[in-house]
Amino acid sequence: MTPTARTGGPGTSYQEVQASQEFGELRNRFRKFVFPMTGLFLAWYFLYVGLAAFAPGFMSTKVMGNINIGLIFGLLQFVSTFAITMIYARWADRQFDPTAERLREHMERGQL
Amino acid sequence: MKTALLTAAETVGKPSVNITIFVVFVLITLLIVIRASRNNRTAADYYAGGRAFTGRQNGIAISGDYLSAASFLGIAGAIATSGYDGFMYSIGFLVAWLVALLLVAELLRNTGKFTMADVLSFRLRQGPVRTAAAISTLAVSLFYLLAQMAGAGGLVNLLLGIEGTTGQNITIIVVGILMIVYVLVGGMKGTTWVQIIKAVLLILGAALMTFWVLGKAGLDLSSLLGDAAAKAPQKAPLAKDAVLNPGLKYVFDAKGHTDPIKQFDFISLSMALVLGTAGLPHVLMRFYTVPTAKEARKSVVWAIWLIGLFYLFTLVLGFGAMWLVGPKKILAAPGKANSAAPLLAYELGGTLLLGLIAAVAFATILAVVAGLTITASASFAHDVYSNVLKKGKVSPDDEVKVARITAIVIGIAAVFGGIWAKDQNIAFLVALAFAVAASANLPTILYSLFWKRFNTRGALWSIYGGLISSITLIVFSPVVSGKPADPKTHLSASMITNPSIDFHWFPLDNPGLVSIPLAFLLGWIGTLTSKESDATKYAEMEVRSLTGAGAEKAVSH
Repeated sequence: MTPTARTGGPGTSYQEVQASQEFGELRNRFRKFVFPMTGLFLAWYFLYVGLAAFAPGFMSTKVMGNINIGLIFGLLQFVSTFAITMIYARWADRQFDPTAERLREHMERGQL
Repeated sequence: MKTALLTAAETVGKPSVNITIFVVFVLITLLIVIRASRNNRTAADYYAGGRAFTGRQNGIAISGDYLSAASFLGIAGAIATSGYDGFMYSIGFLVAWLVALLLVAELLRNTGKFTMADVLSFRLRQGPVRTAAAISTLAVSLFYLLAQMAGAGGLVNLLLGIEGTTGQNITIIVVGILMIVYVLVGGMKGTTWVQIIKAVLLILGAALMTFWVLGKAGLDLSSLLGDAAAKAPQKAPLAKDAVLNPGLKYVFDAKGHTDPIKQFDFISLSMALVLGTAGLPHVLMRFYTVPTAKEARKSVVWAIWLIGLFYLFTLVLGFGAMWLVGPKKILAAPGKANSAAPLLAYELGGTLLLGLIAAVAFATILAVVAGLTITASASFAHDVYSNVLKKGKVSPDDEVKVARITAIVIGIAAVFGGIWAKDQNIAFLVALAFAVAASANLPTILYSLFWKRFNTRGALWSIYGGLISSITLIVFSPVVSGKPADPKTHLSASMITNPSIDFHWFPLDNPGLVSIPLAFLLGWIGTLTSKESDATKYAEMEVRSLTGAGAEKAVSH
């Protein structure tokens, strides 16, 4: 499989890696990014859904011509989805990937 | 009734043109599938296209898989006939991708091999968990298949001028045979190429129609909406342009009063949509067709952009169809709401555009059914046959052989199911598949990726609990029986159209509101009441999922 043999060998075992400080930091960074982000977009989505179901009068308020708040709110869901996608991709490419790669190298050389 | 069908069939294009375009498309894709399959040697080739697709290719293929007949025909039809509320489907379908992007795609690619069950059973007891995951994979895929086959019947009827039950049934059988051929010959590689071609055609076709409609409306979205609303039937106490507001379908009853059951049904539907995507086995399996987690991420980014763009198009298409075709004519056509998009194409560009758009829609159905079939057959062969029945002591060649036989069986099952589910709205049937996926699959996927303590009992309770509760609630919901009878036809709008048969006791159409939290809860209780835990395997899974160490590599030829 990988150089990280579970019994001896030059690599570090998965359990040792998991217990290491470097891996702990990697996991923390990942969770600190994705969990709040998930909470945020779910809250934003259910706010929209809730308003559409329980405040249709408000959502029907016209803003410009036949364009109402409901339509703008719906289109903003598209905007926020695109934005979160780009923010995450940029973060993962620049921050997460290099750290994960470094850790993998350390694992393979048994430097953890 | 008969005359309405006849006139609709007569006025919509020339069947000969439509048939020619269909046949050309099928021949071209078959050729590509045969070419692509030349290098199919190993199990990784058959199931995962050799893991050699790039992020962009896979992203386009994912959007091909996801933009099914439900998205194109179903959502356009829902908007054309019930206005704004149809648009809310597309929002749920799109936002759902963030769950897949942030929490599932990369971690799954790093830990699994071919199927969803690879990840679910990674650190749990293989036999029972794999069996459960395979059963729920089969259930979700079959629901989804039903929706696609139902769409195929209605669509082709409209286009080929075939009417009556026999013609429709023959169409469904032809789709079934074609999809079996694609899967048997091409495996995942061939299927992926069909998805890519189809996604490109579908997005281009939708873009063309969107700009055409916008052009006709003077590039003014507001006037398009106004013109569309003027064509919709008025529903007394509601505003004249009620189709532009939320609630026509999901808040107000026929008298214009707020109906709490409808409101909660909408919340339930929204929940199923947003949590269902990351639990759809055929979407999850696509993440194995790329070489690394980074490419898996790239594919989701591509997919989100393409899918989002497409749903913006369907908003215009739906209101465009309401304006240019009119809800009455749409509902009178064979295939009902599902025929909004093809009818709009005919209105805009006559016979030729109708033929092209119809071919694209047909391609969509074929490609998605092929994707679903390969997923379901992989799950049976890899999870049940190879890992549970034979305890892993089976050669990859034999496993693929079993997968091929399963594909044939599933094809036949889908044909019978499609004949049975013909006249249902496709977007709605797909929403039920999403509810089952969100209940039976997503809780276990998230628990096993993120919760150290999670164990076999938790997984089994959650999968079976989610599966059984969601399906039971559907069976005893108004979807199956007990919707009030139509005053003209005296038929109920439920699957069982005889209004005197009524065994429903669950008030909502969509079970998500109950079954999804229940599945999360069962997974939690099940876990806490069992002492099992495997620290070594959890360490391996967590380290692999985040770092990509030990992940399955691409096949090199």
